[in-house]
Amino acid sequence: MFADLKAWSPELLTGIRLTVGMTFGSMAIALALGLALALGRISLNAWIRTPVIAFVELIRGSPLLLQLFYIYYVLPALGLRLTPIQAGLLGLGVNYAAYLSEVFRAGIAAVGSGQREASESLGMSPSQTMRHIILPQAWRIVIPPTGNYFISLFKDTALVSTISIAELMFQGQLIASDTFRYTEIYSIIFVIYVAISVPASAGVRWLERYFNRSGQRR
Amino acid sequence: MANIIEMTGLNKAFDAFQVLHDVNLSIAKGEVVVIIGASGSGKSTLIRCINGLEQLDSGAIEVDGLTLLPAAKGRRQASGALQDIRREVGMVFQQFNLFPHKTVLENVTLAPIKVRKWDQAKAETTARRLLERVGLVDHIQKYPSQLSGGQQQRVAIARSLAMEPRVMLFDEPTSALDPEMVGEVLEVMRGLAREGMTMVIVTHEMGFAREVADRVVYIDQGRILEVGTAAEIFDAPREERTKLFLSRVLKH
Repeated sequence: MFADLKAWSPELLTGIRLTVGMTFGSMAIALALGLALALGRISLNAWIRTPVIAFVELIRGSPLLLQLFYIYYVLPALGLRLTPIQAGLLGLGVNYAAYLSEVFRAGIAAVGSGQREASESLGMSPSQTMRHIILPQAWRIVIPPTGNYFISLFKDTALVSTISIAELMFQGQLIASDTFRYTEIYSIIFVIYVAISVPASAGVRWLERYFNRSGQRR
Repeated sequence: MANIIEMTGLNKAFDAFQVLHDVNLSIAKGEVVVIIGASGSGKSTLIRCINGLEQLDSGAIEVDGLTLLPAAKGRRQASGALQDIRREVGMVFQQFNLFPHKTVLENVTLAPIKVRKWDQAKAETTARRLLERVGLVDHIQKYPSQLSGGQQQRVAIARSLAMEPRVMLFDEPTSALDPEMVGEVLEVMRGLAREGMTMVIVTHEMGFAREVADRVVYIDQGRILEVGTAAEIFDAPREERTKLFLSRVLKH
């Protein structure tokens, strides 16, 4: 098995690089878009709020795999042709943004109304209040669930193998169909995913402790 | 003396429950007005209307030449007008509401920097002076959770004063405090009153009310029932309900 590992290592390394790259790339999209959706969700303007709610429900109500296929195979018919990597980043990013927006919305709601009142009583505008008072406190609240979604996203990148992105899962399938040594290759892939996601979970727990230290809570 | 706050025909309901009934009240510049009344009588709602934390259903409030009117149905007050008023009106809350993720110094400098556009140095100088005055200059690098309730409330007062407000509102500032910490907060407020700050105070501290109030307002079921000097209200109340209320709160 170790000899196999050595022989397959160039392909596996390429796969790991793409898997990790897809994870960080789509997480960045998910964080930014998720926050925008969360703010839209709590907007007082129904013309913003209603479409955002509809969009989030659309994304949460359908399979990620279908969304990836839709972006990769259907959007070109509508005139938007994306490379597999672009389609993968967009699909994963938008899907996770929908889930994260609900996490962020709950985090914002969990910051007490007294904080908003105190800030606005000092003459701060609603957007200053959001940036300087609400979001920094909400951020601490949402770190654990956001971290969990991050780990989950790392594993879900395996789905983009279906739109021909040569990430780790895809490399495994290539090697398997070349060599028929399913046990060895899929065991190796198994170990690689776990070897990355378990320390990443520990990292998330460490972040959570880091942000809650020094008695910054009421 | 010119009036700095003018409330005319204020009505406010939460759903079907009418909290304020046709309230009229003028407050002169430099005056200390204490509002007393039973819980649920509408005194907190009244004070929260002055800086727009509660919206009016009808009537008007004029603060230092700026006017707050009822917002159109289902809409919030235009935030520009609200911010203009709130810049000039400080508010101290029962629960302090300090920003837990910011140090004492940052709590006090934030609004002057973001709203008044002061530079860091000016905001810090002012903050140090105010924290010195409330006796907390040794705690400026601490977080609110590291302070006692009384200390937190004194920081909250300094935070409001940093905006150099024309009026200070106090919504039951000592009600959430342990008894031994009430004195230190009242002492700071006493100092402000002596300096001529216009203050509107909702409190259950009757001894303090008698001592600092230029006028006492007794509010009952959303109506102003009686207004007078502290001596008039506490020693010779005219209304039966005022007498009843005072006999209850002054008994112990």
